[in-house]
Amino acid sequence: MPEFLMPSLGADMTQGTLVEWAVKPGDRVHRGDVVAVVETSKGAIDVEIFSDGIIDQLLVPEGTTVPVGEPLALVRSDGRPEPEAPAAPAEAPVRPVTREPAPEAPAEPAVPVEPSTPAPAAEARGEAAARVRASPAARRRAEELDVDIGKLQGTGPGGAVVIADVEQASGPGPAEEETPNPMGEKPRALTEAPGDIREIIAAAMTRSKREIPHYYLSNWVDLAPANGWLADWNDSHPVEERLIPGVLMIRAVALALERFHEFNGFFRDGKFQPGDGIHVGAAISLRRGGLVAPGLRDANKRSLVELMTAFRGLVARARAGRLKASEMAGGTITVSSLGEQGVEEVYPVIYSPQVAIVGFGTPSERPWVVEGRVEPRWLVRVSLAADHRVSDGHRGALFLEAVTHLLQEPDSL
Amino acid sequence: MSRSKTTYREAVRAAIREAMRDDPRVFLMGEDVGRYGGCYAVSMGLLEEFGEQRVRDTPLSESAFVGAGIGAALGGMRPIVEVMTVNFSLLALDQIVNTAATLRHMSGGQFSVPLVIRMATGAGRQLAAQHSHSLECWYAHVPGLKVVAPATLADARGMLGTALADPDPVIVFEHAGLYNMEGELEDDAGAVDISRAAVRRTGKDVTLVTYGGSLHKTLQAAQALAGEGIEAEVVDLRSLRPIDDATIVKSLSRTHRALVVDEGWRTLSLSAEITTRLVEQAFYELDAPVGRVCSEEVPIPYPAHLEAAALPQPEKIASAVRRMLRA
Repeated sequence: MPEFLMPSLGADMTQGTLVEWAVKPGDRVHRGDVVAVVETSKGAIDVEIFSDGIIDQLLVPEGTTVPVGEPLALVRSDGRPEPEAPAAPAEAPVRPVTREPAPEAPAEPAVPVEPSTPAPAAEARGEAAARVRASPAARRRAEELDVDIGKLQGTGPGGAVVIADVEQASGPGPAEEETPNPMGEKPRALTEAPGDIREIIAAAMTRSKREIPHYYLSNWVDLAPANGWLADWNDSHPVEERLIPGVLMIRAVALALERFHEFNGFFRDGKFQPGDGIHVGAAISLRRGGLVAPGLRDANKRSLVELMTAFRGLVARARAGRLKASEMAGGTITVSSLGEQGVEEVYPVIYSPQVAIVGFGTPSERPWVVEGRVEPRWLVRVSLAADHRVSDGHRGALFLEAVTHLLQEPDSL
Repeated sequence: MSRSKTTYREAVRAAIREAMRDDPRVFLMGEDVGRYGGCYAVSMGLLEEFGEQRVRDTPLSESAFVGAGIGAALGGMRPIVEVMTVNFSLLALDQIVNTAATLRHMSGGQFSVPLVIRMATGAGRQLAAQHSHSLECWYAHVPGLKVVAPATLADARGMLGTALADPDPVIVFEHAGLYNMEGELEDDAGAVDISRAAVRRTGKDVTLVTYGGSLHKTLQAAQALAGEGIEAEVVDLRSLRPIDDATIVKSLSRTHRALVVDEGWRTLSLSAEITTRLVEQAFYELDAPVGRVCSEEVPIPYPAHLEAAALPQPEKIASAVRRMLRA
């Protein structure tokens, strides 16, 4: 029977608290329905289900904190008859696929227990046999490196899995990068309680600055065409269809990305993985401090009005702390606009594992040379930080120039 | 900087001498500290130098002379009270725990007890079960006291002055096995802090936490392990109350393994306290269970071979590390 798992609502999430079930056993659900509210360090998030079916059983009571990937509920496919196991519900024939086998009795009840995951030196007795012997530091390292600790052969005391086993299993890469870290500090696993958005940002930005070789480019954008176009548009449209400059910027970035794929996607496992669409994360600052960058999906395929509506919704939900799961982790690139903060230019930090971020400073009126004459013009400084492992400055310059150019021709947006 | 050869005993004596020269309120009091020169010969020559008023032989009553020391401290003096061994100090437990440690609190801060009590601790000199125990943790348990354990010449020379400057009672544990330790000390060596632990040897594979007389055994073990490719970091606690958590946690966070070496008995010991703190504060740094090498749970034996067998020794420490690393 399909399982509904604790979703990953961001690259840095390792666990979440099931705050509230929006469904109960027997409910029919459809793809996209909100079935639960999960509290993460970024706030409470409505979690959608990605398949149709009928909720068969809720495995996790409200208030429980579970790791990402842990089954939360069992979902019957539509129309399938209910499996009748009323006699012995305790021995539900379900073995949740978890990294650490659950401590309840294994599936074969009669035989006293060979654990299916070979737990190396765990003296195979009852509960002890079901739990992987691993040091706390090894478990944390395994989370950091995304290594399945249950598959490792421990070499530590009593056959326990130790840090060295985990790092060996993960191969070269972050493990080796980290050793010479002159700070002598390791990033903490992000398993802390909700509310630590400062810590989340600290970890994400530290990782970004440590791992990503950023390069930076910037350019002036003449806003006269866009401002003129926007004024006309807003004069002639009802309030709900009115636009803000930020949406034009997001749209310009999205359209430019259609021709510059190497700025749209992720750097994972040592290589670039293009995004499955152009989903522009919009950096939104939160009133309680910190920021999030939920994604506007398929920003290149949606009209400005659609984007505006979506953006407005994102901001409202982000500030209310109720972003949807699919939004939370959705960006394939990020756009950061400092709006009316009064600074000329932003040098943004890439939101790992993304590979680029575009920043807009505060528009300001400045002298500008037009056809040999100095004129006052409204200008904005656009900047690009990109991952040098994936792209080079030449392509970056062309991309930034494309964004600039699109903003000169607002009709094309 | 010029350095001179000296011993731990001479370093303690130099510290006492300096304190008495610098501050007329300082005096030394205890059993046999005057005419006999101290049971471990620490105060040899001080009676001649400072006279009977300031180097005072006392009757064999720990309760009486520790109590007198408390009274003198309350009266504005800065007494150094020497108790022969920690075993004997149990006769003065009431004075130390019920009086010296509590008066600041019970007087609402009106009175402080700027008293320093020096006592020998530890085994290894065939002095048998009534003179050889390591009961530092009994005092380290008590709020209101500070407890320090100088393990090096510099600390033997420098901790006393800082302890005397402290407005509250400080107990200084001098391991009896260290008095003859020789080494070089800078001629201008002076006061040192008495609140922080010190990393005496750096290493990346395991942190060995220890103090007092066990420091040198632990350093020997680390030296032996280095020959096998195991780099042990050695942390000297120095202060047993308060315990410098930050230093041991920081070290463990580098090495991910810790072994505590404590000449006290294992049960309910300083080693238990250190282990607990590491587990509480650095659980996710641990790549192996915290190990301990302590004294066997027997009254310390008199025969040399049994005494040696009862105590932490370099070989025991090294083999505990090897087990931890499975090397």
